[in-house]
Amino acid sequence: MSIPVYILKRILQTLPLLFLVSVMSFLIIKLSPVDPLAELRLNPSISPQTLQAEKVRLGLDLPVHKQYFKWLSSAVRGDLGISTSGEKVSDRLMERIPNTLLLTLTTIIITWIIAIPLGIFAALHWRSPADRILTIISALGMAIPSFFFALLLLIFAVKTGWFPVGGLTSVGFENFSIIHKILDVTHHLFLPVLVLTTISLAGLQRQMRGNLLDILEADYVKMARAKGLPENKVIYKHALRNAINPMVTMLGFEFASLLSGAALTEFVFQYPGLGRLILEAVLKLDINLVMASLMIGAIMLILGNLIADILLKLVDPRITLD
Amino acid sequence: MKDYFKQQPIINRLIKDKFALGGLIVLAVLYLGITFASFIAPYSKDFSDRHLSYAPPSKIYTIDTQGRLSWPYTYNYVRKFNPNTFSMEFRQDRSKKYYLRFFSEGFKYKFLGLIPTNIHLFTVEKSGKLFLLGSDINGRDNFSRLLYGGQISLTIGFLALFISFPIGMLYGGIAGYFGGKIDNIMMRIAEAIMSIPSFYLLISLAAILPANMTSSQRFTLITVILAFIGWAGFSRVIRGMVLSIKNQEFVEASKALGSGSFRIIVKHILPQTASYVIVAMTLSVPGYILAESGLSFLGLGIQQPDASWGNMLKEAQEYVNIIHRPWLLTPGLLIFIAVLAFNLVGDTVRDILDPKSKIRE
Repeated sequence: MSIPVYILKRILQTLPLLFLVSVMSFLIIKLSPVDPLAELRLNPSISPQTLQAEKVRLGLDLPVHKQYFKWLSSAVRGDLGISTSGEKVSDRLMERIPNTLLLTLTTIIITWIIAIPLGIFAALHWRSPADRILTIISALGMAIPSFFFALLLLIFAVKTGWFPVGGLTSVGFENFSIIHKILDVTHHLFLPVLVLTTISLAGLQRQMRGNLLDILEADYVKMARAKGLPENKVIYKHALRNAINPMVTMLGFEFASLLSGAALTEFVFQYPGLGRLILEAVLKLDINLVMASLMIGAIMLILGNLIADILLKLVDPRITLD
Repeated sequence: MKDYFKQQPIINRLIKDKFALGGLIVLAVLYLGITFASFIAPYSKDFSDRHLSYAPPSKIYTIDTQGRLSWPYTYNYVRKFNPNTFSMEFRQDRSKKYYLRFFSEGFKYKFLGLIPTNIHLFTVEKSGKLFLLGSDINGRDNFSRLLYGGQISLTIGFLALFISFPIGMLYGGIAGYFGGKIDNIMMRIAEAIMSIPSFYLLISLAAILPANMTSSQRFTLITVILAFIGWAGFSRVIRGMVLSIKNQEFVEASKALGSGSFRIIVKHILPQTASYVIVAMTLSVPGYILAESGLSFLGLGIQQPDASWGNMLKEAQEYVNIIHRPWLLTPGLLIFIAVLAFNLVGDTVRDILDPKSKIRE
């Protein structure tokens, strides 16, 4: 099956899944004993007309299943409703999604750049003191709670003044030159990325090490060695390629756990991402916003998995897409 | 599963591993600490002294002012307003020593929840205050609350585990055994749960809990929510294993003997997955502990006045707090230590039960 057809097929398969996700999210929110318009009512900037329009649009007088289909039909048409702050939900999402993607993708890239070589190194120096030290460090990295580590780094930032405390941009960002803008964002990203990298690094490094160790015992590696191939070629040309493949599958999982992990980190660093948005929405019981964030989270996760599968196909010709 | 224990007692192999032994010792200390929390803690969970909010850790002296060895004693702190810096400062009141007392009388409690008593491991003389790890904003003893908080943080994960794993096993077992349409529908539902980033789902579920619940109701519901997040991914793996197990001869034999489907799944198929289940369970405890503490840290989990390590760490969110009051970070340190210990033990359990995996050795 060619890749475009495969992508199309996967996307079609995704639709029922998204439908289920939306039903579930809707039921969860409907379980809540809280009046979804309470916040809206208390907000003086919301006019009674808007309130009434929202009530009719949400169909709060209708039975639950009709309410759901009402939400669904307007959501499909791109209307996600109004958040309790009076802004359009879709605008708020659009403002936050790129920030979360920036944070998670930067983390994934940096994690891979560090973890893969470290994993290879540890596997090639199996049971050496260096390998042991890496094992201990990765155990420490896996155990530290993201929010605790973020707090520690926050103290560091406050005490030294080397890093900004929270946010993504400095005051007056709009007037900076391009280079200054990039530097400013990098400066703000550094600590959150450091937290997320530390946490996902360990698992990836261990996985890479384990894969390579397994492959190095495979028959074809023994064969390659037996016929006198230089060790470098055995490792980098034969073993490594096969050891990397399972890592690509892990990309999807990693993205999923990063989305979750990022929420707490975003919260501590006051980073304007999707995780903090949903948290704020949840605390204010901003139904429209929670619903939309859950859906967007699911879509991003499903897309992440799809991309990982396609990448796997690209790096491993043995994989058949079906 | 029984064979494993016959061949090589798991515990013997666990303690042979340096890392696992270290982890086991740490866990033993932590769990002993929370089991005897009321005995070890000098103060009750709700004791508070409003005049001593954010008091620094009490210093304990064993050598007196004349340089002689002395029975351990401490000084009380007095809070004074400093007009130069416009802040509250704590000074030791050196006018009176308060000696520590061991196995002495303190607040009343029930030893192990059964025997009423008022004997504590250590207390301090009357009107003395002993805050080993400082106090929080309400003047509550941090050390005592860490012990009470551990009672929640270190058990909620286990409870959730014992809900989510049986459900996941049964769900995966049924889906895998029957296959076809049933399998298809059941797995789509599990996938839908897995498609929502778990933390998003977790906070959405926690946020809809009504605010006016008793603390035990809240504890129960948080446990159920944690369990709800965890079962789906696990059930998928079980289903995969069941798909291959169900074609084996002993299943055929059992069918021929007239056993019902439920009996075959529970008595014959699921026990085959035992070693995977044990490994997965040990490795997922830390995840539950982190989830609870993350939730409480955000204020969505266990609520004040109950203590959990997560909600104690909440106070450290103000960075002004942590710079001047580093003892507020101790709950985070304990979470870290507990998770590390569980990971070390879990890794070794996996090495023992699943010899093919090479992640560690």
